[in-house]
Amino acid sequence: MTDTSSTTVAEPDGPGGAADPVVAMRAITMEFPGVRALQDVDFRLFPGEVHALMGENGAGKSTLIKVLTGVYTSTSGTTELRGERIAFSGPGEAQASGVSTVYQEVNLCPNLSVAENILLGREPRRFGSIDMGATRARAAELLGRMGLTIDPGSILAEHPIAIQQLVAIARAVAVDAQVLILDEPTSSLDQDEVAELFRIMRHLRDEGVAILFVSHFLEQVYEIADRMTVLRNGRLVGEYLTTDLTRLQLVSAMIGRELGALAEVERLADAAADDVDGTPVLEATGLGRRGSIAPFDLRIAAGEVVGLAGLLGSGRTELARLLFGADRADSGEVRVDGRALSLRTPRSAIAAGIAFCSEDRKGEGILADLSIRDNLVLAMQAARGWARPIPRRTKDELVETWVTALDIRPSNPDALVGTLSGGNQQKVLLARWLVTQPRLLILDEPTRGIDIGAKAQIQKLVAQLAAEGMAVVYISAELEEVARLSHRVVVLKDRTKVAELDGSASVDDIMRLIASAEGADPTDPSGPDGPSDPTRRSPSSTHDDVVLTEQVAS
Amino acid sequence: MTTTAPTRSDATGRRSATRRPIVPGRVLPVVATFALFVLLFGVGSVRYEGFASGQVFANLFIDNAFLIVLAVGMTFVILTGGIDLSVGAVVALSTMVAATALKAGLPAPLVILLVLAIGTGLGVLMGLVIHHFEIQPFIVTLAGMFLARGLCFVIGVESISIKDPFFRALATGTIELPGGVVITWSVVIALAIVAAAVWVLHRTRFGRTVYAIGGSESSATLMGLAVGRVKVAAYGISGLCASIAGLLFSVYMLSGYGLHAVGMELDAIASVVIGGTLLSGGVGYVLGSLLGVLVLGVIQTLISFQGTLSSWWTKIAIGTLLLLFIVMQRLFMRRTS
Amino acid sequence: MSTVPGTTTAPGVLERVRGSRLLWPVVALVALVVANAARNPGFVSIRLQDGHLYGSLVDILKNGAPTLLIALGMTLVIATRGIDLSVGAVAAIAGAVACTTIAGTTDPTSAGAVTRGIVLALVLCLVLGLWNGFLVALLGIQPIIATLVLMTAGRGIAMLITDGQIITVRNDAFREIGAGFLILPVSILIALAALGAVALVTRRSALGLLIESVGINPEASRLAGLRSRTIIWTVYVFAALCAGLAGLMISSNVSAADANNAGLWIEMDAILAVVIGGTSLAGGKYSLSGTLVGALIIQTLTTTVYSMGIAPEVTLVFKSLVVIAVCLLQAPKVRERFRRHRRTGPAEPTAGVASWSADTDGPSAPGHPVGQDASPATAPATNASTAPKQKVAQS
Repeated sequence: MTDTSSTTVAEPDGPGGAADPVVAMRAITMEFPGVRALQDVDFRLFPGEVHALMGENGAGKSTLIKVLTGVYTSTSGTTELRGERIAFSGPGEAQASGVSTVYQEVNLCPNLSVAENILLGREPRRFGSIDMGATRARAAELLGRMGLTIDPGSILAEHPIAIQQLVAIARAVAVDAQVLILDEPTSSLDQDEVAELFRIMRHLRDEGVAILFVSHFLEQVYEIADRMTVLRNGRLVGEYLTTDLTRLQLVSAMIGRELGALAEVERLADAAADDVDGTPVLEATGLGRRGSIAPFDLRIAAGEVVGLAGLLGSGRTELARLLFGADRADSGEVRVDGRALSLRTPRSAIAAGIAFCSEDRKGEGILADLSIRDNLVLAMQAARGWARPIPRRTKDELVETWVTALDIRPSNPDALVGTLSGGNQQKVLLARWLVTQPRLLILDEPTRGIDIGAKAQIQKLVAQLAAEGMAVVYISAELEEVARLSHRVVVLKDRTKVAELDGSASVDDIMRLIASAEGADPTDPSGPDGPSDPTRRSPSSTHDDVVLTEQVAS
Repeated sequence: MTTTAPTRSDATGRRSATRRPIVPGRVLPVVATFALFVLLFGVGSVRYEGFASGQVFANLFIDNAFLIVLAVGMTFVILTGGIDLSVGAVVALSTMVAATALKAGLPAPLVILLVLAIGTGLGVLMGLVIHHFEIQPFIVTLAGMFLARGLCFVIGVESISIKDPFFRALATGTIELPGGVVITWSVVIALAIVAAAVWVLHRTRFGRTVYAIGGSESSATLMGLAVGRVKVAAYGISGLCASIAGLLFSVYMLSGYGLHAVGMELDAIASVVIGGTLLSGGVGYVLGSLLGVLVLGVIQTLISFQGTLSSWWTKIAIGTLLLLFIVMQRLFMRRTS
Repeated sequence: MSTVPGTTTAPGVLERVRGSRLLWPVVALVALVVANAARNPGFVSIRLQDGHLYGSLVDILKNGAPTLLIALGMTLVIATRGIDLSVGAVAAIAGAVACTTIAGTTDPTSAGAVTRGIVLALVLCLVLGLWNGFLVALLGIQPIIATLVLMTAGRGIAMLITDGQIITVRNDAFREIGAGFLILPVSILIALAALGAVALVTRRSALGLLIESVGINPEASRLAGLRSRTIIWTVYVFAALCAGLAGLMISSNVSAADANNAGLWIEMDAILAVVIGGTSLAGGKYSLSGTLVGALIIQTLTTTVYSMGIAPEVTLVFKSLVVIAVCLLQAPKVRERFRRHRRTGPAEPTAGVASWSADTDGPSAPGHPVGQDASPATAPATNASTAPKQKVAQS
């Protein structure tokens, strides 16, 4: 991890060796109201290279791409294309200047033909009328150049996603793109399809196209990328030659280290581990869903915190959604207390005592226009049915109890949840489930995007809930958190469960597994300030009371 | 490449298996509508004497020329994924403006231009509000409907007859086709508009952009297409078609009246949907809409030939057909998504 | 976490009035009445004669009752992000069924005939509501389109029932529903009773909360374990029942069923009333009292235009202007611009606001405000507070 600390500049090595960069972005800063998404980021892209842009959620990858393509205008910093300063007004202008983007979701029109999707807006015309024959011929020629044999007259929606993705690339290069941005093009492709994509990417690279590649799959990056730029939390970590960076170094550069502030919760898990009585609350065998997560086995006992670790897109969220019935599994079975259950809907999962906090707090969690009180009782009320309202007094008591226990602010139960800070919204969500007294609580990124005080409170709460006998599935992008809280850690990679570690596993063990592959030599163990520094342990961590009184924030 | 995780392909599966081609279905609704039309016409021919004549067929066009034009405009809007509820009221407003202006002594060509300008202007205005303020087309065009109807009554509450020689000539003038079949000029105009619409939708960048917006508006934007302009223009075209339909309707009725064409927007929407155009946009044909109008027309003719069936059966039949096609579309979309 | 506890205490009465979404509709209503009174002082006069109240205001209540009733059902439908275009046709069907049933009995003047007619009409409306709900909740068809089917076919069905005739009935008991008086018009009493009952049921039980939840965020509601389908289905049934009752009032008021014109465009009036009352077409929070005010505004507007000697049909122009104004005011885009306009001051986003959007990879950025430093190994604990614009003090 030591060599990730300085901003390394790796000169490209390959066909375009000494050439000038086609894209040079300098000191890019991007601010949104209240948020700085990018800070002083430099980025260079050379002709004839595949350059991977790496980073976890919120690192600023998408923002950087959007600044480059003119979707956003950066707050400060300069962008040069072929040595000229530019500021595109939007993707259309960027495309006209030879910067084309292919997005993760295929941004084409499924209702139109392949040929039209490639040439829409640039169709050959004769006497003001689109020449359909010429359009098809031109499209066939472009596809042929990429070595593809797709009927240009066929409708796009007929083709599998992979082909659609390739059509999108064909559209991008049809404008003589010199810069091709591929934003997670592989996330829904299978192995053969990825191979096909890579063949075409190499082909284009050899023709001198500069390709910017974003992917969550490390192996793919190592296979295709010549160089990479790593971002974290809106800042540049470094620019590297792929051959210079081990997988472990890459993962630690992406994830970073979070020390100190939260170390007080350290080993809470171990203290509570003795209480685990071994009865599985939930047992999943061969549970899986095509296209989202490969079949896996999982056992969760009462009083146990099972952490799910993996990079974004590794399948950690997908696994959680299957356990809650938010998505329907197409294989395997789930047993709760030894009884087989069909988790077809969240309702059936809730009835079995399972609760789930989604990572998409705004989209799938809170009801922004409702008050704290209404949000808090919603799940309990839904379980009771509309005809049996929770009596006003009970409701007030519940709200009072949980607002105090979780230190939700403002404490006025009539405040609209949409006006709360992220941390407080998360606490309201947690409270919504805790009032239903679930046996298994699934938390997907409960600490993302919230301030550090709320983070500490939530983690402490999780540890204490487990100590009281609740089973918890804990997902976080921050491996420190997972390692610290979990009795067991399930490691996921590329939509597959790859390992299960016991509670003594360190962040390095997890990282090594995530990065593991042939040739990945985890040569560089962590620095001396590892997470297990015993002096940081706080005596308050042994409290078995749920009430968190510590005032962390001002 | 070293290796990727061996189980990955099991996990994701081949996407091609889950996404089935929708193509036979692309033209299928139109074919179905055509078959339905042939069937209905056939039933009429078998059951009623004099049904299977060229003139009965031609009358379908004569009596529905305005609806054909209306359906053409509606097709543009629905293809972009929108809807236009104002067209019936714009028809009424057009008849009213035409009748009043002619009565005031304005020359016919000027009146026609005036009517076309009002209809197109109203359509463009609604398009601008829909696009720039992101208000649902439904509600904006509903307001447009109220406005146009209200303006009719601002002009006058009574029916005004049209005595202009040019309009009269259009109304009475006929063209004899080989075989003794007679059609009116309205039919020629309506069919010319259908032909123009087919060309615009299939052979111009504007038309292809209409389809692209209906397929995916965000994609169309990212592809650098002029989404805003085309969307606004689609409502403008719908307004233009509604005013042309209004002129044809004033020729047909030879009067202007605020209560003309009540509920005609529903007939137009029904024609488009029965013609196989997806209400979600992006899929459909003008020729389908023409067939949709003919199906409605043949149902009306059947009911009038039957004699004992009352006119309200038309409404019930249209509603039932609408339901059939909507449910068909829905099942169709479920299968493909 | 920047909000200091205690700053958001219960708002005072004045603030509540100012913040109320009802404020502008009520102001508009009062202004309308005042304008009318200024033109014609007789407008506000009410007199009691033979146990009946007479006057323009009473007429407004009486004539506005069917709209109010339909708007009541529409409010709940709109709250779930839906819309019901078929209510006018359903009202016509209810009137048709009731009148033909009453006219078809051996003694059309008896109370039994009325009971039978009303029960039959309402049962049929229940079925029609189930049908709409089936299309929307089960088949997942867009509400506008799904209810368009019945809007188109419904009038035909009504004409089928009446055989295309205007069916007149002579029955005093039936007349009471729409034209009777118990000091106040019976119709408005029924409508207000329905309003009160709905308010009581939805606010006392958890139904209101669940309806709003489904409208605000269907996915979040599903994940919280709500039975969204059942809820959506219920509101369409309820809307159809309201429409049926309104249809009975309309036909009772004229002692006849006119399949063509009964309840014509009333769905538009009802939608308008709901929107004016402050319930957004995007679904979510609804206001029953707002709907009441909205329905009254529409009826007053109609009466005003009428009393000004302008053709009543011209009301449509005013209605269209009101629709556009209200929609523009509600449109998120317009509001946003308006807000940006007002917020020209030095409004620095606070830490509490800072973390609002940090859930996607994009503008929301610093997902992990800790360890900003490029060198994680050297980042001391106190550096955690350097996250952009997020001031977090350690205790």
